[in-house]
Amino acid sequence: MNETADTMNVPRSRAWTLFGVFAFVALIAAQVHAVLTSPADRDMGHLQKILYVHVPAAWIMSLAFLVVFVFSIRYMWRGQEKDDLLAAAAAEVGATFNGLTLVLGMIWGKPAWGAWWVWDPRVTTTLVLFMIFVGYLALRSFVDDPERRAQWSAAVGAFGAINVPIVYMSVRWWRTLHQIQSSPSTMDSAYVLGLRTNAIAFMLIMIYFIRRRYELARLRRATELIADAAALGGT
Amino acid sequence: MNAESSLAVDAQRIARRFGARWCLRGVSLQVRPGEVVGLAGANGSGKTTFLRVLSTLLKPNAGAARVYGHDVTRAADDVRRHVGFLAHTAGLYDDLTALENLRFAAEMLGRSPEGLEASLDRVGLARVANDRVRGFSAGMQRRLALARLMLMHPRLLLLDEPYANLDAAGIDIMNAVITEVRNAGGAALLVLHELAPAAGMLDRVLTLVDGRIAAEGDGPAANAPTASAPTLASAAGAR
Amino acid sequence: MAWREDWRRVRVIAWKDITTERRSKAGFNSVAALAVTILVLFGFALGPEAQALRDAAAGAVWLAALFAGVLAFNRSFQVELESGAIEPLLLYPGSRWTILAGKLLANALFVGLMLAIVVIVGVTLFQVTIPKAWPSLLGLFALGAVGLVVLGTFYAAMSSRTRAREVLLPLLLFPMLVPVLLAAISGSKALLTGDLMHEAGAWIRLLVAYDIVFVSATLLAFEHVIEA
Repeated sequence: MNETADTMNVPRSRAWTLFGVFAFVALIAAQVHAVLTSPADRDMGHLQKILYVHVPAAWIMSLAFLVVFVFSIRYMWRGQEKDDLLAAAAAEVGATFNGLTLVLGMIWGKPAWGAWWVWDPRVTTTLVLFMIFVGYLALRSFVDDPERRAQWSAAVGAFGAINVPIVYMSVRWWRTLHQIQSSPSTMDSAYVLGLRTNAIAFMLIMIYFIRRRYELARLRRATELIADAAALGGT
Repeated sequence: MNAESSLAVDAQRIARRFGARWCLRGVSLQVRPGEVVGLAGANGSGKTTFLRVLSTLLKPNAGAARVYGHDVTRAADDVRRHVGFLAHTAGLYDDLTALENLRFAAEMLGRSPEGLEASLDRVGLARVANDRVRGFSAGMQRRLALARLMLMHPRLLLLDEPYANLDAAGIDIMNAVITEVRNAGGAALLVLHELAPAAGMLDRVLTLVDGRIAAEGDGPAANAPTASAPTLASAAGAR
Repeated sequence: MAWREDWRRVRVIAWKDITTERRSKAGFNSVAALAVTILVLFGFALGPEAQALRDAAAGAVWLAALFAGVLAFNRSFQVELESGAIEPLLLYPGSRWTILAGKLLANALFVGLMLAIVVIVGVTLFQVTIPKAWPSLLGLFALGAVGLVVLGTFYAAMSSRTRAREVLLPLLLFPMLVPVLLAAISGSKALLTGDLMHEAGAWIRLLVAYDIVFVSATLLAFEHVIEA
């Protein structure tokens, strides 16, 4: 139970609130800057500007799932509850950005490709990844015992992440071998700066969200442990 | 080998819960080698949960327990080498015969599959060695589970209501097995609803109430001196 | 010494699973019957034009095997849970990955048999002509079956012990099996049409890589999963 004291000591600080405010301000600034400075696209016009949300969301989603992978492996290695809660927080945030990526991609894809959905390797892999992490979150909600939940979701999280490159490769071969042209999106340098600043702003938002979800999870565990101590009558 | 000289069971403030409900609220208990201890209590008082923690099937949420010096969470595999756990359900494969069930256990334990018929004979199941377990009565299943248990040569018996569904002959077999383990320097912890079938077997009886140990007393020996005095004496002699 | 001990446990668990399944029969027969039923339904959805059926044959066979297989995987742990046999199984001292390995062997046999039935029925219903490269096709099916069985059995070890096992197993398993399905379906399709583009080799390599990665990963992680 040496974990107890550690989990009870829920980390909360005003610095993180300031960090959150800063992250949101950075996001708004990056968006405004990108929208104002970038010229209208030759083919897409102002629709192009959705990429300033879509592309960073996709990057950040990958980053969040990398966090899930790393902390799942670390949990299996060391068995500390904190790692599990952090992986879970990252999975929630990752799945949110993943959903955002898909929806924004479809909004962009309708005018760009003439269809809401194309079986492009990246698009399809993103969808499969979304399904994997919906399964991950469903598993968490169906298992009550904290240790069992942690062990099982660590395995599912790690396996899901390992699978991503294999899925990507398989979808790519599936597509290219069937001779359907894909639509490469080459990027003009005028847009690159806007994308980069937005990516950084998104990353700050991601860190802030993961942090807050993690704090919430720790808080929930702490209330459980306090209830435990009361039930045990101070033994 | 410090493990050899230590207590058969050394449980310190074991607590375990399921969801929000605490089944065990800090149970401490020591069992010395050569001792047979009864654990009584109402339904839901945590007796079975306690046995399952000692058997390594459940991890405690708080507290620690050692079996012959091995920690049940940190050295679970070493604990498993010493413990024979008889659960409430027999845990047999219905579509295998009695003999096949034993052979499966022997192979899993790395024991030679010879002499399994003798094990069956001992629990009175030689007649039905090649019948599938599906048709067995609850008492027959219990006897078969007991035969499987003895393949492990346990030094600590954890028996969850060992006499349930057993007839008089079955009770005698069970008591003979417990005596055998005790005489070999082992120990036993019995979860009991009624103490009568264990009369004369028990050195101590503990009562669990709502996940805590409420009362400790001598075995039914104290109440029924005629029945148990010789057994207690022989138990003391065995030690 | 130790590996010999482990190998014996793997064998005896596989033997136990196969024997119980063979004797109860109900399980395998109904799973195989379901697979064939799904195949017939695919025929209704895609037919009756002969060429359309032929093109869709590989996909229909694999999806039928997948849907029916999910039931078999859950059953594999169900047998242990119903009779409480999982407890003695966990109490034998020694390494736990042998439990998974034994069940993998048994499930591979079941899924292999089911695939054989599904393929025979599929070839007939979907009017497929067997290609000259049938040994490669056989290898592709074996590799695909291994991928299916490995993750199916592993995830069933978790899902069978939750409240929502029927829905949770497919939810976890199907997205993970995307590479297996794409490789098995596309590879079979290519081999059935003479592999003009020489793509079957690539799919076989992908399956080999997938199988190696996930056989090792599941055996490593199983101890944690079954313990909890």
